[in-house]
Amino acid sequence: MSASLPNPIRPAFNEPLDPAHVIVNIGPSHPATHGTIQIVAEIDAEKVVRTDVHCGYLHRGFEKECESHTWHTLIPYVDRLNYCSALINNFAYCEAVETLMGIEITPRCRYLRTLLSEYSRVADHLTCVAASLMELGAMTAFLYLVTIRDYIYEHLADLTGARVTYSYGRIGGLANDLPEGWLKRLEEIFGEYEEFVGRVHGLIDRNRIFIDRTRDVGVISTADAINWGYTGPILRSTGVPRDLRKDTPYLAYGELDFEVPVGIKGDNYDRYFVRMREMDESMHMIRQLVDMLPPGPVTVDDRRCTLPPKRLVYDEIESLINHFKLIMDGPQVPAGDAYVAHESANGELGFYVVSDGTGRPWKVHVRAPSFVHMGGAHLMLDGGQLADIIPTFGSINMIGGECDR
Amino acid sequence: MSAPIQATIREQLGGEDVDVSVSHGMTVLDLPPARLLATVRRLKEELGFDLFLDVTAVDWPQREPRFDVVYHFYSTAQRVRVRVRTRVTEAEPAVDTLTGLYGSARYMERECHEMYGIDFRGNFDLRPILLYEGFVGHPLRKDYPKRREQWLIPERKPEPAS
Repeated sequence: MSASLPNPIRPAFNEPLDPAHVIVNIGPSHPATHGTIQIVAEIDAEKVVRTDVHCGYLHRGFEKECESHTWHTLIPYVDRLNYCSALINNFAYCEAVETLMGIEITPRCRYLRTLLSEYSRVADHLTCVAASLMELGAMTAFLYLVTIRDYIYEHLADLTGARVTYSYGRIGGLANDLPEGWLKRLEEIFGEYEEFVGRVHGLIDRNRIFIDRTRDVGVISTADAINWGYTGPILRSTGVPRDLRKDTPYLAYGELDFEVPVGIKGDNYDRYFVRMREMDESMHMIRQLVDMLPPGPVTVDDRRCTLPPKRLVYDEIESLINHFKLIMDGPQVPAGDAYVAHESANGELGFYVVSDGTGRPWKVHVRAPSFVHMGGAHLMLDGGQLADIIPTFGSINMIGGECDR
Repeated sequence: MSAPIQATIREQLGGEDVDVSVSHGMTVLDLPPARLLATVRRLKEELGFDLFLDVTAVDWPQREPRFDVVYHFYSTAQRVRVRVRTRVTEAEPAVDTLTGLYGSARYMERECHEMYGIDFRGNFDLRPILLYEGFVGHPLRKDYPKRREQWLIPERKPEPAS
Protein backbone atom coordinates (compact mmCIF):
# COMPACT_ATOMS: atom_id res chain seq x y z
CA MET A 1 0.00 0.00 0.00
CA SER A 2 1.28 3.47 -0.76
CA ALA A 3 1.85 5.69 2.25
CA SER A 4 -0.55 8.45 1.27
CA LEU A 5 -3.83 8.22 -0.56
CA PRO A 6 -4.77 11.06 -2.88
CA ASN A 7 -7.38 13.38 -1.47
CA PRO A 8 -10.58 12.84 -3.45
CA ILE A 9 -11.60 16.48 -3.14
CA ARG A 10 -9.93 19.85 -3.43
CA PRO A 11 -11.50 22.20 -0.88
CA ALA A 12 -12.27 25.74 -1.98
CA PHE A 13 -10.06 27.03 0.82
CA ASN A 14 -7.13 25.62 2.73
CA GLU A 15 -6.13 28.64 4.78
CA PRO A 16 -8.41 30.34 7.29
CA LEU A 17 -9.25 34.00 6.79
CA ASP A 18 -8.12 34.77 10.31
CA PRO A 19 -5.39 32.95 12.26
CA ALA A 20 -7.84 32.43 15.12
CA HIS A 21 -10.20 30.46 12.87
CA VAL A 22 -10.04 26.71 12.42
CA ILE A 23 -10.95 24.65 9.39
CA VAL A 24 -12.81 21.46 10.25
CA ASN A 25 -13.92 18.66 8.04
CA ILE A 26 -17.38 17.14 8.62
CA GLY A 27 -18.14 13.91 6.82
CA PRO A 28 -18.36 12.27 4.35
CA SER A 29 -19.14 9.44 6.71
CA HIS A 30 -20.41 11.18 9.78
CA PRO A 31 -22.96 9.39 11.94
CA ALA A 32 -25.14 12.49 12.23
CA THR A 33 -25.37 13.41 8.56
CA HIS A 34 -27.89 11.01 7.12
CA GLY A 35 -26.25 10.86 3.75
CA THR A 36 -22.66 10.81 2.62
CA ILE A 37 -21.80 14.45 2.30
CA GLN A 38 -18.65 16.32 3.15
CA ILE A 39 -18.72 19.82 4.55
CA VAL A 40 -15.45 21.69 4.92
CA ALA A 41 -16.17 24.51 7.35
CA GLU A 42 -14.13 27.39 8.64
CA ILE A 43 -15.17 28.09 12.21
CA ASP A 44 -14.58 30.93 14.59
CA ALA A 45 -15.08 29.31 18.00
CA GLU A 46 -18.64 27.93 17.58
CA LYS A 47 -19.59 30.17 14.69
CA VAL A 48 -19.44 28.99 11.08
CA VAL A 49 -17.64 31.52 8.90
CA ARG A 50 -17.86 29.78 5.54
CA THR A 51 -18.50 26.32 4.22
CA ASP A 52 -17.68 24.30 1.14
CA VAL A 53 -20.13 21.48 0.49
CA HIS A 54 -18.98 18.44 -1.45
CA CYS A 55 -21.25 15.72 -2.72
CA GLY A 56 -20.65 12.82 -5.06
CA TYR A 57 -19.71 10.06 -2.66
CA LEU A 58 -22.75 8.09 -3.77
CA HIS A 59 -22.21 8.67 -7.48
CA ARG A 60 -22.80 5.43 -9.34
CA GLY A 61 -23.16 6.54 -12.94
CA PHE A 62 -26.95 6.42 -13.15
CA GLU A 63 -27.12 8.42 -16.37
CA LYS A 64 -24.39 6.39 -18.04
CA GLU A 65 -25.98 3.11 -16.99
CA CYS A 66 -29.39 4.14 -18.36
CA GLU A 67 -27.96 4.44 -21.86
CA SER A 68 -27.29 0.71 -22.06
CA HIS A 69 -30.75 -0.42 -20.97
CA THR A 70 -34.08 -0.41 -22.73
CA TRP A 71 -36.56 2.28 -21.78
CA HIS A 72 -38.35 -0.26 -19.60
CA THR A 73 -35.52 -2.02 -17.85
CA LEU A 74 -34.05 1.12 -16.34
CA ILE A 75 -37.12 1.73 -14.18
CA PRO A 76 -35.53 -0.05 -11.16
CA TYR A 77 -32.63 2.41 -11.35
CA VAL A 78 -35.05 5.31 -11.27
CA ASP A 79 -36.39 3.96 -7.96
CA ARG A 80 -33.03 4.38 -6.39
CA LEU A 81 -32.79 8.11 -6.95
CA ASN A 82 -35.00 9.33 -4.16
CA TYR A 83 -35.54 6.09 -2.30
CA CYS A 84 -37.85 7.76 0.23
CA SER A 85 -40.48 8.40 -2.41
CA ALA A 86 -39.56 6.05 -5.23
CA LEU A 87 -43.03 6.06 -6.76
CA ILE A 88 -42.83 9.75 -7.66
CA ASN A 89 -39.59 9.04 -9.53
CA ASN A 90 -41.25 6.15 -11.33
CA PHE A 91 -44.22 8.19 -12.48
CA ALA A 92 -42.19 11.22 -13.53
CA TYR A 93 -39.90 9.07 -15.63
CA CYS A 94 -42.79 7.13 -17.18
CA GLU A 95 -44.56 10.34 -18.04
CA ALA A 96 -41.45 11.68 -19.75
CA VAL A 97 -41.29 8.61 -21.99
CA GLU A 98 -45.06 8.68 -22.54
CA THR A 99 -44.74 12.30 -23.65
CA LEU A 100 -42.23 11.29 -26.31
CA MET A 101 -44.43 8.41 -27.45
CA GLY A 102 -47.62 10.44 -27.36
CA ILE A 103 -49.38 8.03 -25.03
CA GLU A 104 -52.32 9.10 -22.92
CA ILE A 105 -52.69 6.96 -19.81
CA THR A 106 -56.03 5.52 -18.72
CA PRO A 107 -58.20 7.47 -16.25
CA ARG A 108 -57.78 4.88 -13.49
CA CYS A 109 -54.02 4.96 -13.92
CA ARG A 110 -54.04 8.77 -13.77
CA TYR A 111 -55.91 8.82 -10.46
CA LEU A 112 -53.90 5.95 -9.03
CA ARG A 113 -50.61 7.65 -9.88
CA THR A 114 -51.82 10.82 -8.22
CA LEU A 115 -52.92 8.90 -5.14
CA LEU A 116 -49.67 7.00 -4.87
CA SER A 117 -47.58 10.13 -5.47
CA GLU A 118 -49.28 11.79 -2.53
CA TYR A 119 -48.91 8.67 -0.43
CA SER A 120 -45.18 8.64 -1.20
CA ARG A 121 -44.93 12.30 -0.36
CA VAL A 122 -46.34 11.55 3.09
CA ALA A 123 -43.77 8.78 3.58
CA ASP A 124 -40.95 11.05 2.42
CA HIS A 125 -41.95 13.96 4.64
CA LEU A 126 -42.37 11.58 7.58
CA THR A 127 -38.81 10.36 7.05
CA CYS A 128 -37.41 13.85 6.77
CA VAL A 129 -39.25 15.28 9.77
CA ALA A 130 -38.53 12.22 11.89
CA ALA A 131 -34.82 12.32 11.14
CA SER A 132 -34.45 16.03 11.69
CA LEU A 133 -36.33 15.79 15.00
CA MET A 134 -34.15 12.93 16.12
CA GLU A 135 -31.06 14.99 15.39
CA LEU A 136 -32.37 17.49 17.93
CA GLY A 137 -32.85 14.71 20.44
CA ALA A 138 -36.57 14.08 20.04
CA MET A 139 -36.48 10.30 20.06
CA THR A 140 -40.16 9.84 20.91
CA ALA A 141 -41.33 11.94 18.00
CA PHE A 142 -38.98 10.03 15.74
CA LEU A 143 -40.46 6.70 16.79
CA TYR A 144 -44.04 7.91 16.37
CA LEU A 145 -43.34 9.18 12.86
CA VAL A 146 -41.36 6.15 11.79
CA THR A 147 -44.12 3.89 13.08
CA ILE A 148 -46.64 5.43 10.74
CA ARG A 149 -44.10 5.47 7.93
CA ASP A 150 -43.60 1.78 8.42
CA TYR A 151 -47.36 1.19 8.18
CA ILE A 152 -47.24 3.01 4.85
CA TYR A 153 -44.23 1.00 3.66
CA GLU A 154 -45.91 -2.28 4.53
CA HIS A 155 -49.09 -1.12 2.90
CA LEU A 156 -47.18 -0.26 -0.27
CA ALA A 157 -45.45 -3.63 -0.08
CA ASP A 158 -48.90 -5.24 -0.30
CA LEU A 159 -49.41 -3.36 -3.54
CA THR A 160 -46.00 -3.54 -5.17
CA GLY A 161 -44.14 -6.34 -3.45
CA ALA A 162 -41.34 -4.17 -2.10
CA ARG A 163 -41.00 -1.88 0.88
CA VAL A 164 -38.81 0.89 -0.49
CA THR A 165 -37.84 0.46 -4.12
CA TYR A 166 -41.08 -0.44 -5.80
CA SER A 167 -40.45 -0.46 -9.59
CA TYR A 168 -44.19 -0.15 -9.90
CA GLY A 169 -44.54 2.34 -12.75
CA ARG A 170 -44.69 1.11 -16.31
CA ILE A 171 -44.52 3.05 -19.53
CA GLY A 172 -48.20 3.43 -20.32
CA GLY A 173 -49.52 2.39 -16.95
CA LEU A 174 -48.79 0.50 -13.76
CA ALA A 175 -47.53 -2.96 -12.92
CA ASN A 176 -50.83 -4.14 -11.47
CA ASP A 177 -54.11 -2.91 -10.08
CA LEU A 178 -54.87 -2.50 -6.38
CA PRO A 179 -55.10 -5.80 -4.53
CA GLU A 180 -58.28 -6.68 -2.70
CA GLY A 181 -58.73 -4.87 0.58
CA TRP A 182 -56.05 -2.29 -0.13
CA LEU A 183 -58.40 0.67 0.14
CA LYS A 184 -59.86 -0.72 3.36
CA ARG A 185 -56.44 -0.76 4.97
CA LEU A 186 -55.90 2.78 3.65
CA GLU A 187 -58.92 3.89 5.68
CA GLU A 188 -57.34 2.43 8.82
CA ILE A 189 -54.05 4.19 8.07
CA PHE A 190 -55.87 7.54 7.87
CA GLY A 191 -56.89 7.04 11.49
CA GLU A 192 -53.46 5.88 12.61
CA TYR A 193 -51.83 8.77 10.78
CA GLU A 194 -54.02 11.27 12.57
CA GLU A 195 -53.28 9.73 15.93
CA PHE A 196 -49.50 9.56 15.58
CA VAL A 197 -48.97 12.83 13.74
CA GLY A 198 -51.33 14.51 16.19
CA ARG A 199 -49.09 13.36 19.02
CA VAL A 200 -46.05 14.83 17.27
CA HIS A 201 -47.87 18.14 16.79
CA GLY A 202 -48.62 18.11 20.51
CA LEU A 203 -45.04 17.30 21.45
CA ILE A 204 -43.15 19.58 19.10
CA ASP A 205 -45.11 22.51 17.70
CA ARG A 206 -44.91 24.72 20.79
CA ASN A 207 -42.00 22.99 22.42
CA ARG A 208 -39.67 25.62 23.85
CA ILE A 209 -36.51 23.59 23.22
CA PHE A 210 -37.50 22.87 19.65
CA ILE A 211 -38.40 26.48 18.90
CA ASP A 212 -35.15 27.75 20.42
CA ARG A 213 -33.16 25.38 18.28
CA THR A 214 -35.00 26.02 15.00
CA ARG A 215 -36.47 29.54 14.93
CA ASP A 216 -34.18 31.93 12.97
CA VAL A 217 -31.77 29.11 12.25
CA GLY A 218 -30.77 28.36 8.68
CA VAL A 219 -32.74 31.28 7.25
CA ILE A 220 -32.98 31.74 3.49
CA SER A 221 -34.80 34.58 1.76
CA THR A 222 -37.17 34.15 -1.17
CA ALA A 223 -34.87 36.02 -3.55
CA ASP A 224 -31.90 33.86 -2.59
CA ALA A 225 -33.97 30.70 -2.79
CA ILE A 226 -35.08 31.46 -6.35
CA ASN A 227 -31.63 32.61 -7.41
CA TRP A 228 -30.11 29.36 -6.15
CA GLY A 229 -32.74 27.19 -7.83
CA TYR A 230 -34.65 26.11 -4.73
CA THR A 231 -38.05 24.53 -5.26
CA GLY A 232 -40.42 22.51 -3.15
CA PRO A 233 -40.88 22.83 0.62
CA ILE A 234 -37.75 24.96 1.05
CA LEU A 235 -38.95 27.60 -1.40
CA ARG A 236 -42.43 27.48 0.11
CA SER A 237 -41.03 27.89 3.61
CA THR A 238 -39.81 31.35 2.54
CA GLY A 239 -43.41 32.39 1.98
CA VAL A 240 -44.14 31.92 -1.71
CA PRO A 241 -46.85 29.44 -2.74
CA ARG A 242 -44.94 27.93 -5.66
CA ASP A 243 -46.05 24.36 -6.20
CA LEU A 244 -46.06 22.57 -9.54
CA ARG A 245 -49.20 20.70 -8.53
CA LYS A 246 -51.05 24.02 -8.49
CA ASP A 247 -49.02 26.01 -11.02
CA THR A 248 -48.75 23.53 -13.87
CA PRO A 249 -51.31 20.86 -12.93
CA TYR A 250 -50.38 17.38 -14.12
CA LEU A 251 -51.96 13.97 -13.49
CA ALA A 252 -55.23 14.63 -11.65
CA TYR A 253 -54.11 17.57 -9.52
CA GLY A 254 -56.24 20.02 -11.47
CA GLU A 255 -59.40 18.36 -10.10
CA LEU A 256 -58.36 18.24 -6.46
CA ASP A 257 -59.06 20.64 -3.67
CA PHE A 258 -55.91 21.42 -1.68
CA GLU A 259 -53.95 24.28 -0.23
CA VAL A 260 -50.30 25.14 -0.61
CA PRO A 261 -48.90 25.75 2.88
CA VAL A 262 -46.18 28.39 3.14
CA GLY A 263 -43.83 29.51 5.88
CA ILE A 264 -43.01 32.99 7.14
CA LYS A 265 -39.28 33.46 6.86
CA GLY A 266 -37.65 30.30 5.59
CA ASP A 267 -35.98 29.00 8.74
CA ASN A 268 -35.80 25.46 10.08
CA TYR A 269 -39.03 25.80 12.01
CA ASP A 270 -40.88 26.89 8.87
CA ARG A 271 -39.50 23.95 6.93
CA TYR A 272 -40.68 21.60 9.68
CA PHE A 273 -44.13 23.13 9.70
CA VAL A 274 -44.52 23.31 5.92
CA ARG A 275 -43.76 19.59 5.71
CA MET A 276 -46.19 18.73 8.50
CA ARG A 277 -48.96 20.76 6.85
CA GLU A 278 -48.18 19.28 3.44
CA MET A 279 -48.69 15.81 4.81
CA ASP A 280 -52.15 16.81 6.02
CA GLU A 281 -52.93 18.23 2.58
CA SER A 282 -51.70 15.03 0.95
CA MET A 283 -53.95 12.93 3.16
CA HIS A 284 -56.82 15.26 2.28
CA MET A 285 -56.06 14.68 -1.41
CA ILE A 286 -55.86 10.92 -0.96
CA ARG A 287 -59.34 10.90 0.64
CA GLN A 288 -60.71 12.76 -2.38
CA LEU A 289 -58.93 10.44 -4.79
CA VAL A 290 -60.32 7.30 -3.17
CA ASP A 291 -63.82 8.61 -3.92
CA MET A 292 -62.93 9.67 -7.46
CA LEU A 293 -61.13 6.46 -8.46
CA PRO A 294 -62.84 5.25 -11.66
CA PRO A 295 -63.04 1.58 -12.70
CA GLY A 296 -61.23 0.35 -15.78
CA PRO A 297 -57.81 -0.85 -16.87
CA VAL A 298 -54.63 0.59 -15.36
CA THR A 299 -52.54 0.13 -18.49
CA VAL A 300 -53.12 1.46 -21.97
CA ASP A 301 -53.78 -1.08 -24.69
CA ASP A 302 -50.90 0.00 -26.89
CA ARG A 303 -48.69 -2.65 -28.42
CA ARG A 304 -45.76 -0.24 -28.66
CA CYS A 305 -45.20 -0.36 -24.92
CA THR A 306 -47.56 -2.81 -23.19
CA LEU A 307 -46.93 -6.53 -23.14
CA PRO A 308 -49.73 -8.55 -24.73
CA PRO A 309 -51.82 -10.81 -22.46
CA LYS A 310 -49.95 -13.99 -21.60
CA ARG A 311 -52.66 -16.21 -23.07
CA LEU A 312 -52.22 -14.61 -26.49
CA VAL A 313 -48.44 -14.93 -26.29
CA TYR A 314 -48.88 -18.70 -26.08
CA ASP A 315 -51.65 -18.84 -28.66
CA GLU A 316 -50.69 -16.64 -31.59
CA ILE A 317 -47.44 -15.78 -33.33
CA GLU A 318 -48.06 -12.01 -33.57
CA SER A 319 -48.34 -11.64 -29.82
CA LEU A 320 -45.33 -13.86 -29.27
CA ILE A 321 -43.26 -11.65 -31.59
CA ASN A 322 -44.66 -8.56 -29.92
CA HIS A 323 -43.68 -9.86 -26.50
CA PHE A 324 -40.22 -10.84 -27.73
CA LYS A 325 -39.56 -7.51 -29.42
CA LEU A 326 -40.70 -5.52 -26.39
CA ILE A 327 -38.41 -7.48 -24.09
CA MET A 328 -35.37 -7.71 -26.36
CA ASP A 329 -35.47 -4.38 -28.21
CA GLY A 330 -37.54 -2.34 -25.81
CA PRO A 331 -40.38 0.04 -26.66
CA GLN A 332 -39.50 2.01 -29.79
CA VAL A 333 -39.63 5.64 -28.72
CA PRO A 334 -39.83 8.24 -31.51
CA ALA A 335 -36.76 10.45 -31.85
CA GLY A 336 -36.92 13.71 -29.95
CA ASP A 337 -36.45 15.12 -26.51
CA ALA A 338 -38.80 15.95 -23.66
CA TYR A 339 -38.53 17.48 -20.22
CA VAL A 340 -41.16 16.46 -17.71
CA ALA A 341 -41.17 17.70 -14.14
CA HIS A 342 -43.19 16.50 -11.18
CA GLU A 343 -43.41 18.07 -7.76
CA SER A 344 -41.49 15.50 -5.75
CA ALA A 345 -41.26 15.65 -2.00
CA ASN A 346 -38.08 17.73 -2.27
CA GLY A 347 -38.98 20.00 -5.15
CA GLU A 348 -38.99 19.95 -8.90
CA LEU A 349 -37.89 16.53 -10.11
CA GLY A 350 -37.31 16.80 -13.83
CA PHE A 351 -36.52 14.11 -16.35
CA TYR A 352 -34.91 15.22 -19.58
CA VAL A 353 -34.99 12.27 -21.96
CA VAL A 354 -33.52 12.17 -25.45
CA SER A 355 -34.37 9.42 -27.90
CA ASP A 356 -32.75 8.60 -31.21
CA GLY A 357 -35.73 6.50 -32.23
CA THR A 358 -34.61 3.15 -30.82
CA GLY A 359 -35.53 1.04 -27.83
CA ARG A 360 -32.70 2.40 -25.72
CA PRO A 361 -32.45 5.96 -24.46
CA TRP A 362 -29.81 8.18 -26.01
CA LYS A 363 -29.75 10.12 -22.79
CA VAL A 364 -31.64 10.28 -19.52
CA HIS A 365 -30.86 13.29 -17.42
CA VAL A 366 -32.33 13.94 -14.00
CA ARG A 367 -32.84 17.39 -12.63
CA ALA A 368 -32.48 16.30 -9.03
CA PRO A 369 -33.76 18.79 -6.45
CA SER A 370 -31.30 17.57 -3.79
CA PHE A 371 -28.32 18.29 -6.01
CA VAL A 372 -29.47 21.82 -6.75
CA HIS A 373 -30.26 22.39 -3.08
CA MET A 374 -26.74 21.37 -2.10
CA GLY A 375 -25.43 24.10 -4.42
CA GLY A 376 -27.00 26.75 -2.20
CA ALA A 377 -26.66 24.98 1.14
CA HIS A 378 -23.82 27.28 2.22
CA LEU A 379 -26.33 30.17 2.33
CA MET A 380 -28.12 28.48 5.22
CA LEU A 381 -25.02 27.22 7.00
CA ASP A 382 -22.73 30.27 6.87
CA GLY A 383 -23.05 32.54 9.85
CA GLY A 384 -24.78 29.94 12.00
CA GLN A 385 -23.57 27.77 14.84
CA LEU A 386 -21.50 24.67 14.29
CA ALA A 387 -24.10 22.62 16.17
CA ASP A 388 -26.81 23.86 13.79
CA ILE A 389 -25.14 22.46 10.70
CA ILE A 390 -26.67 19.03 11.29
CA PRO A 391 -30.29 20.13 11.90
CA THR A 392 -30.18 22.64 9.04
CA PHE A 393 -28.75 20.03 6.76
CA GLY A 394 -31.48 17.64 7.90
CA SER A 395 -34.17 20.17 7.08
CA ILE A 396 -32.88 20.48 3.50
CA ASN A 397 -33.53 16.72 3.23
CA MET A 398 -30.65 15.84 0.96
CA ILE A 399 -31.16 12.35 -0.44
CA GLY A 400 -27.82 10.91 -1.49
CA GLY A 401 -29.21 8.64 -4.17
CA GLU A 402 -30.81 11.53 -5.96
CA CYS A 403 -28.12 14.12 -5.32
CA ASP A 404 -25.18 12.05 -6.53
CA ARG A 405 -26.94 9.80 -9.06
CA MET B 1 -51.84 29.89 -20.36
CA SER B 2 -48.48 29.38 -21.99
CA ALA B 3 -49.54 30.51 -25.47
CA PRO B 4 -49.14 34.29 -24.94
CA ILE B 5 -45.64 33.92 -23.52
CA GLN B 6 -44.69 31.68 -26.43
CA ALA B 7 -45.78 34.39 -28.84
CA THR B 8 -43.87 36.99 -26.83
CA ILE B 9 -40.70 34.92 -26.91
CA ARG B 10 -41.03 34.39 -30.64
CA GLU B 11 -41.60 38.08 -31.20
CA GLN B 12 -38.93 39.40 -28.87
CA LEU B 13 -36.16 36.88 -29.18
CA GLY B 14 -36.68 35.18 -32.53
CA GLY B 15 -34.30 36.37 -35.20
CA GLU B 16 -32.23 35.13 -38.04
CA ASP B 17 -29.87 33.15 -35.85
CA VAL B 18 -32.32 32.36 -33.03
CA ASP B 19 -34.80 29.69 -34.02
CA VAL B 20 -37.95 29.43 -31.91
CA SER B 21 -39.97 26.23 -32.05
CA VAL B 22 -42.39 24.31 -29.87
CA SER B 23 -41.63 20.73 -28.84
CA HIS B 24 -44.11 18.73 -26.75
CA GLY B 25 -45.66 21.96 -25.52
CA MET B 26 -42.38 23.58 -24.51
CA THR B 27 -40.86 26.59 -26.24
CA VAL B 28 -37.39 25.80 -27.54
CA LEU B 29 -34.80 28.39 -28.54
CA ASP B 30 -31.97 27.17 -30.76
CA LEU B 31 -29.16 29.67 -30.95
CA PRO B 32 -25.42 29.96 -31.58
CA PRO B 33 -23.18 29.98 -28.47
CA ALA B 34 -22.27 33.61 -29.00
CA ARG B 35 -25.88 34.65 -28.50
CA LEU B 36 -26.45 32.58 -25.35
CA LEU B 37 -25.59 35.03 -22.59
CA ALA B 38 -27.43 37.98 -24.13
CA THR B 39 -30.54 35.91 -24.80
CA VAL B 40 -30.64 34.38 -21.34
CA ARG B 41 -30.17 37.81 -19.80
CA ARG B 42 -33.21 39.04 -21.72
CA LEU B 43 -35.16 35.93 -20.73
CA LYS B 44 -34.40 36.64 -17.10
CA GLU B 45 -34.68 40.39 -16.94
CA GLU B 46 -37.42 41.14 -19.44
CA LEU B 47 -39.49 37.98 -19.60
CA GLY B 48 -39.28 36.87 -15.98
CA PHE B 49 -37.56 33.49 -16.26
CA ASP B 50 -36.12 33.70 -12.79
CA LEU B 51 -35.53 30.04 -11.96
CA PHE B 52 -32.58 28.32 -13.58
CA LEU B 53 -33.60 24.68 -13.58
CA ASP B 54 -30.98 22.70 -15.30
CA VAL B 55 -28.08 22.52 -17.68
CA THR B 56 -26.85 19.41 -19.37
CA ALA B 57 -25.29 18.36 -22.64
CA VAL B 58 -26.14 15.76 -25.27
CA ASP B 59 -23.34 14.03 -27.12
CA TRP B 60 -23.80 13.23 -30.82
CA PRO B 61 -20.38 11.80 -31.81
CA GLN B 62 -21.28 11.42 -35.49
CA ARG B 63 -22.44 14.98 -35.84
CA GLU B 64 -20.55 18.21 -36.28
CA PRO B 65 -20.80 20.25 -34.06
CA ARG B 66 -20.75 17.39 -31.62
CA PHE B 67 -22.44 18.65 -28.45
CA ASP B 68 -25.81 20.16 -27.63
CA VAL B 69 -25.77 22.20 -24.45
CA VAL B 70 -29.32 22.29 -23.14
CA TYR B 71 -30.69 24.71 -20.56
CA HIS B 72 -34.10 24.77 -18.92
CA PHE B 73 -35.59 27.83 -17.28
CA TYR B 74 -38.83 28.37 -15.42
CA SER B 75 -40.78 31.52 -14.82
CA THR B 76 -42.34 31.50 -11.37
CA ALA B 77 -44.69 34.31 -12.34
CA GLN B 78 -45.92 32.96 -15.70
CA ARG B 79 -45.55 29.32 -14.68
CA VAL B 80 -44.01 28.20 -17.91
CA ARG B 81 -40.73 26.59 -18.91
CA VAL B 82 -38.42 27.32 -21.78
CA ARG B 83 -35.56 25.31 -23.23
CA VAL B 84 -32.48 26.98 -24.67
CA ARG B 85 -30.24 24.84 -26.81
CA THR B 86 -26.92 25.65 -28.37
CA ARG B 87 -24.36 23.59 -30.27
CA VAL B 88 -20.64 23.51 -29.59
CA THR B 89 -17.85 21.70 -31.38
CA GLU B 90 -15.56 19.06 -29.99
CA ALA B 91 -12.52 21.25 -30.71
CA GLU B 92 -13.90 24.18 -28.76
CA PRO B 93 -16.61 22.98 -26.37
CA ALA B 94 -17.08 26.35 -24.69
CA VAL B 95 -20.05 28.49 -23.75
CA ASP B 96 -20.34 31.51 -21.50
CA THR B 97 -21.13 30.86 -17.88
CA LEU B 98 -24.49 31.86 -16.43
CA THR B 99 -23.19 32.21 -12.88
CA GLY B 100 -23.46 35.98 -13.19
CA LEU B 101 -27.21 35.65 -13.64
CA TYR B 102 -28.13 32.63 -11.52
CA GLY B 103 -26.41 31.31 -8.41
CA SER B 104 -27.63 27.79 -9.06
CA ALA B 105 -25.62 27.68 -12.30
CA ARG B 106 -22.45 27.22 -10.25
CA TYR B 107 -23.09 23.65 -9.18
CA MET B 108 -24.83 22.51 -12.32
CA GLU B 109 -22.14 23.85 -14.63
CA ARG B 110 -19.56 22.01 -12.57
CA GLU B 111 -21.45 18.77 -13.15
CA CYS B 112 -21.83 19.37 -16.87
CA HIS B 113 -18.16 20.27 -17.11
CA GLU B 114 -16.90 17.07 -15.55
CA MET B 115 -19.40 14.81 -17.30
CA TYR B 116 -19.05 16.23 -20.83
CA GLY B 117 -16.00 18.46 -20.75
CA ILE B 118 -18.00 21.54 -21.65
CA ASP B 119 -15.99 24.59 -20.71
CA PHE B 120 -18.03 27.32 -19.08
CA ARG B 121 -16.07 30.49 -19.76
CA GLY B 122 -16.03 32.71 -16.71
CA ASN B 123 -16.92 30.04 -14.17
CA PHE B 124 -13.76 29.87 -12.10
CA ASP B 125 -14.90 27.02 -9.89
CA LEU B 126 -15.06 24.02 -12.19
CA ARG B 127 -13.68 21.53 -9.67
CA PRO B 128 -15.04 17.99 -9.90
CA ILE B 129 -18.24 17.57 -7.95
CA LEU B 130 -19.69 14.10 -8.44
CA LEU B 131 -16.35 12.65 -9.49
CA TYR B 132 -13.05 13.09 -7.70
CA GLU B 133 -9.82 15.01 -8.19
CA GLY B 134 -7.67 13.40 -10.83
CA PHE B 135 -10.43 11.58 -12.69
CA VAL B 136 -9.37 11.33 -16.32
CA GLY B 137 -11.92 11.80 -19.08
CA HIS B 138 -15.58 12.73 -19.25
CA PRO B 139 -17.75 9.72 -18.39
CA LEU B 140 -20.99 10.74 -20.09
CA ARG B 141 -19.35 11.21 -23.47
CA LYS B 142 -20.31 8.37 -25.75
CA ASP B 143 -16.68 7.40 -26.34
CA TYR B 144 -16.03 6.77 -22.63
CA PRO B 145 -16.44 3.00 -22.12
CA LYS B 146 -18.97 2.15 -19.47
CA ARG B 147 -16.72 -0.42 -17.86
CA ARG B 148 -13.58 1.68 -17.53
CA GLU B 149 -12.57 1.85 -13.90
CA GLN B 150 -10.29 4.41 -12.27
CA TRP B 151 -9.19 3.35 -8.85
CA LEU B 152 -8.12 5.76 -6.17
CA ILE B 153 -6.49 3.02 -4.15
CA PRO B 154 -4.28 0.25 -5.56
CA GLU B 155 -6.30 -2.74 -6.57
CA ARG B 156 -5.54 -5.77 -4.44
CA LYS B 157 -4.51 -8.64 -6.68
CA PRO B 158 -6.02 -12.02 -5.86
CA GLU B 159 -3.55 -14.49 -4.41
CA PRO B 160 -2.27 -16.87 -7.09
CA ALA B 161 -3.83 -20.28 -6.71
CA SER B 162 -1.31 -22.72 -5.32
